[in-house]
Amino acid sequence: MLTFTIRRLLFAIPTLLFISLAIFLLLELAPGDPMANVPLTVPAEVKEQMRQALGLGEPVPVRFWKWLVQFFWVEPLNIFDHMFGTNFAEGKLRIISWQNRAPVFITIAERIPQTLWVVGTSYVVAILIAIPVGIYSAYKQYSVFDQAGTFVTMIGFSVPPFFSGVLVIIIFAVQLKWFPSIYDTRHVVSDWDSFLVQVRQMFLPVMVLALQITSQLSRFMRASMLDNLNQDYVRTARAKGLREKSVVLIHVLRNSMIPVVTVIALGVPAIFGGAIITEQVFKVNGIGQLLITAIQANDLPMVQTLTFIFAVLIVLFNLIADVLYGILDPRIRYD
Amino acid sequence: MTTKAALLSAAASFVLAPLAHADGHEGERGRDGQVNIIYWQAPSTMNPFLSGGTKDVEAGSLVVEPLARFDETGTIQPWLVDEIPTVENGGVSEDLTQITWKISEGITWSDGTPFTSADVQFTYEYCTHPEGGCAQATKFEGIESVETPDDLTVVVTFADPKPYPYTAFVGGESPILQKAQFESCVGAAASSCTEQNFNPIGTGPFVVDEFRTNDVISLSANPNFRFEGKPAFATVNFKGGGDAEAAGRAVMQTGEFDYAWNLQLAPEVIAQMEAGGLGTPVAGFGPLVERLMLNNTNPDPALGPDERSVVRPHPFLSDPAVYEAMSMAIDRPLLVEIGYGQAGKVTCNWVPAPEVYSSTSMTCDVQDLEGAKAKLEEAGWVDENGDGVREKDGVELRMLYQTSTNAVRQDFQQLIKEWWEEIGFAVELRNVSGSVFFGGDAGSPDTFQKFYADVEMYANTFNGTDPQAYLGNGLCDKAPRPETQWQGENISRFCDEEYDALWAELAKTSGTDARAEIAKQLNDMIVQRGGMIPLVHRGRLSAHANTLGGVELNVWDSELWNIADWYRIAE
Amino acid sequence: MTDARDADTPVGAEIETVAGSAAVMGGEPVLATRARSQWWDVWDQFRTHKGAMVGAGIFLAILALVVLGPLFVEMENGIKSNMRARNQPMSLEYPLGTDRLGRDLFARMIAGGRVSLAVGLAAMALSLLLGTLIGVLAGYFKRLDGPLMRLTDLFLALPLLPLLLVMVLLFREPLTAAFGIEVGIFILIVSAIGITSWMQTARIVRGDVLALKEREFVLAARSIGTPARRIVTRHVLPNVLSPIMVSATLGIATAIITESALSFLGLGFPPDFPTWGRLLNDGVPFLELYPGRAFWPGLAISLVVLSINYVGDGLRDALDPRIRGR
Repeated sequence: MLTFTIRRLLFAIPTLLFISLAIFLLLELAPGDPMANVPLTVPAEVKEQMRQALGLGEPVPVRFWKWLVQFFWVEPLNIFDHMFGTNFAEGKLRIISWQNRAPVFITIAERIPQTLWVVGTSYVVAILIAIPVGIYSAYKQYSVFDQAGTFVTMIGFSVPPFFSGVLVIIIFAVQLKWFPSIYDTRHVVSDWDSFLVQVRQMFLPVMVLALQITSQLSRFMRASMLDNLNQDYVRTARAKGLREKSVVLIHVLRNSMIPVVTVIALGVPAIFGGAIITEQVFKVNGIGQLLITAIQANDLPMVQTLTFIFAVLIVLFNLIADVLYGILDPRIRYD
Repeated sequence: MTTKAALLSAAASFVLAPLAHADGHEGERGRDGQVNIIYWQAPSTMNPFLSGGTKDVEAGSLVVEPLARFDETGTIQPWLVDEIPTVENGGVSEDLTQITWKISEGITWSDGTPFTSADVQFTYEYCTHPEGGCAQATKFEGIESVETPDDLTVVVTFADPKPYPYTAFVGGESPILQKAQFESCVGAAASSCTEQNFNPIGTGPFVVDEFRTNDVISLSANPNFRFEGKPAFATVNFKGGGDAEAAGRAVMQTGEFDYAWNLQLAPEVIAQMEAGGLGTPVAGFGPLVERLMLNNTNPDPALGPDERSVVRPHPFLSDPAVYEAMSMAIDRPLLVEIGYGQAGKVTCNWVPAPEVYSSTSMTCDVQDLEGAKAKLEEAGWVDENGDGVREKDGVELRMLYQTSTNAVRQDFQQLIKEWWEEIGFAVELRNVSGSVFFGGDAGSPDTFQKFYADVEMYANTFNGTDPQAYLGNGLCDKAPRPETQWQGENISRFCDEEYDALWAELAKTSGTDARAEIAKQLNDMIVQRGGMIPLVHRGRLSAHANTLGGVELNVWDSELWNIADWYRIAE
Repeated sequence: MTDARDADTPVGAEIETVAGSAAVMGGEPVLATRARSQWWDVWDQFRTHKGAMVGAGIFLAILALVVLGPLFVEMENGIKSNMRARNQPMSLEYPLGTDRLGRDLFARMIAGGRVSLAVGLAAMALSLLLGTLIGVLAGYFKRLDGPLMRLTDLFLALPLLPLLLVMVLLFREPLTAAFGIEVGIFILIVSAIGITSWMQTARIVRGDVLALKEREFVLAARSIGTPARRIVTRHVLPNVLSPIMVSATLGIATAIITESALSFLGLGFPPDFPTWGRLLNDGVPFLELYPGRAFWPGLAISLVVLSINYVGDGLRDALDPRIRGR
């Protein structure tokens, strides 16, 4: 398993380089213009000058190379400088956003806290709810609990957040006035009271997001449990006189986790990626909102950097999932 | 700490100062706590020279100020100067090539240093540097030099006589930057000046405490602001992002915010939000016009990408009977009612405002489907083969009608398509994402400049109150074509020698009345000769909380132009 | 275990299939006579699944309404504006009321349902096909695992919006020229959604296949020289059916919603073409004034997803011989 992990990690490097090139070319090819949001009153020549100032005049390979150097050399140096107070990166050009001409990593660092708070919490809440619900639904298949669970999860999945988000805002923020409708990203949690304020402002977005994630996860959990509950080994375990609890929660659960691990592993990078629509509806202004505004503004350096970080996380977590498969089911061999 | 001390001293000096306006809401600086503003498009920078987006210009206007501004009626007002230079008061030279600004005495930057003519001169150099990519470069067009005979005098010399010299350093798009702060940010270095671009030092009522790009800006009152007792608010929370509905809701229904900008929402939604009772919508009208551009060239896909929308004429839109009938078939009052409500007016003009420039020679507020049909019949457009589409000499009236994605525009498309089909056209609709449609990407076939369609709808406007440059968008050589990388403002590719000649005359004429006369003729010419069909004169609709006083919606400058005078109405 | 299922025990227990065990789980039958009996068994089992029958009933009802609706409803009312009937409440003439241009919402729901169901089902099918194919190939054939999974990583990483924009840019004109505007855009949208949504299915299927191929029955089949193709179709595929079914139900909802996002960006059907996703989208701003406008399309999407989910449940149970016997 160790050699497998090391081999995969080494192989990840060319993969990621290729992915970054693919993303770059895709963004190049996509129609759009960083000047699209500049008012029509600004004439074409001025817009052209602004494009030149952004470095758009240079050929594609040069720009790609510059981005690679900035991402893999200048930015790490900057982080090093930031941590140890050194000056290695001084004078080197960082990755600059086209929207505001500021280094993209400054903006990303500003956005991470609220995304982790909101999207991260939703994932934790969703996993904590979905796994027990999935297990119990499968164990008591077609019971009232299972039916109700199915109904709620399916509604939860089929109603998109641009609808459910606005709905909960109207009910809980406008009518009942229990929660704020707009997230304050400046809020700092320092004591119990400010923590309560934070919980209050997080409640609606977390609820909307967690419902959606729970729906998905619990469906996979339930289906996989159902598959395993009828296996011969379960009968054998019961016949051996094992307690029902340990049969279900140890033997069956462990064997049912493979699809769930896959879904969770695909979901963790999504925590970083944020939840585009939910963040917009609740004005959380996290990474998801950053990505979508960057795409809309054709801010290619920002989109490229965010998507690439996202790609690194995807490759990494898919590797972790593969390793976990081997632990969950020792029969799985990669060598 | 320093802010607090400064505030205290300001308050102390206020006690001694006489009250300038005693209308009941005076007091010490920062007495009203925090004002919360929400812009559903989030500002990405505080430096208007680097972005040009309205959101950025308006956010910047809290901090940096121009020498003169336009007020809510569109009249130019001295801001950092004593008076507006004119030929009469000697501020503008007789030959119209020089304008001299006299900076008011005693103005300081928020860091306490004096505001001088060197800063004004520096701003000119900053924006005109060829590598800087300044978004407001047109403001400085035609300037030969900016000189500073003394600390409070700025002399701007133009290469040619400039009948309308109030472009540079006037209005929210052209504020003054501090030389000391931005000195190292000229040209290509503009990008490396994140700190400066996010936290500019200004003369305005507020200073930036924290700037989070595309998210939120925290500001506090400028301790060195030149008016005592202003601003009334100690801090500003300027939130960005989301959508217009949420912004309107936060002001008018939940009361979380005090001011929401540019609420492009259906009239019934606005009415229902207003019923929330916490806020009031306010509308103001600039020269923004929603119009249909008529393609004067042939957009036939068979022509290939470099001939398409380049070769003249259009197969049928060049016939006056056709475009006149198209205009007659439109029920503009209904469009206004459905799409914009109190934020829209019927217009037949390309330049509907300011009042003096607005032509009154045309009317178009009554739909006339029968008249339109008769007009087409008369011109020989008849449906001979019975497929419901009129034709003449083998050319059928089939059109592709495109616009950007936007709920109101899609409703308009639907209605106008029905009216045109009623009078014998066949119309195919298309909507394109705004970021592609308004982007100048020469590689995309879907931009509004390429105009690979017969008719397209969007809105355009001009800054300030003088339409000369805007009317220049109808000149032949401004048509987008392959040689210009599809850039250019003459979207309809309207081309008329008479128009070009008349515009050249406008550029030489001075005196508002004479200029207005020519401008009106140009306006009528382009509308009557098939350049466009104006639909709706659109206003800006914003909303403020009922507890927020002093709001004067200004469409000629930044909406936040008078935030120093805003105050909290005691409940 | 049995206690939970006693109520569902079918009346006629099929002895034959219980004896058949793992070797005949699903897959295509070899003998015509066996085929008949096996598919009958599946149907019998399916029929006893109440949820599945109700789900199938609802789905067929929606399908019938959408297909046959134009026979009873004046479809023109959903397309043409009618200024005299703007924002009407529910009435006999307008069963679901009218929108702000006076168009009959019921007729629009029917017209939208045709598009949304067609797009949803076709895109889901395409994405399942791709996902299952890639997942099974990667999981079963070791040599293909690396390349195919890196491809999956790539597709997971690519930003969706620019990818769709590029697809539209490249293929919109040729497709509409070749097939006409409606069919051309239909193909474009279905392939755009299908191509951008198969990755999760592929990862899940692969994970299951990796475990399955080490199971005793697969080893047994391999040891008697069964060709790989037959092992995959007869032994592996039927056992990954349940995650595929879940992906299918989740996929159809995603496809319907994604379609609305596409048309919102101007990448989908022309703006005068209603779809459920677009109706829902347009209705959201009026949620407080006219809740029905968002509620009905939302309900329609949920109903379709729910019914397909139950059908999927029933199908999965019916295809599992171990359950079928009891």
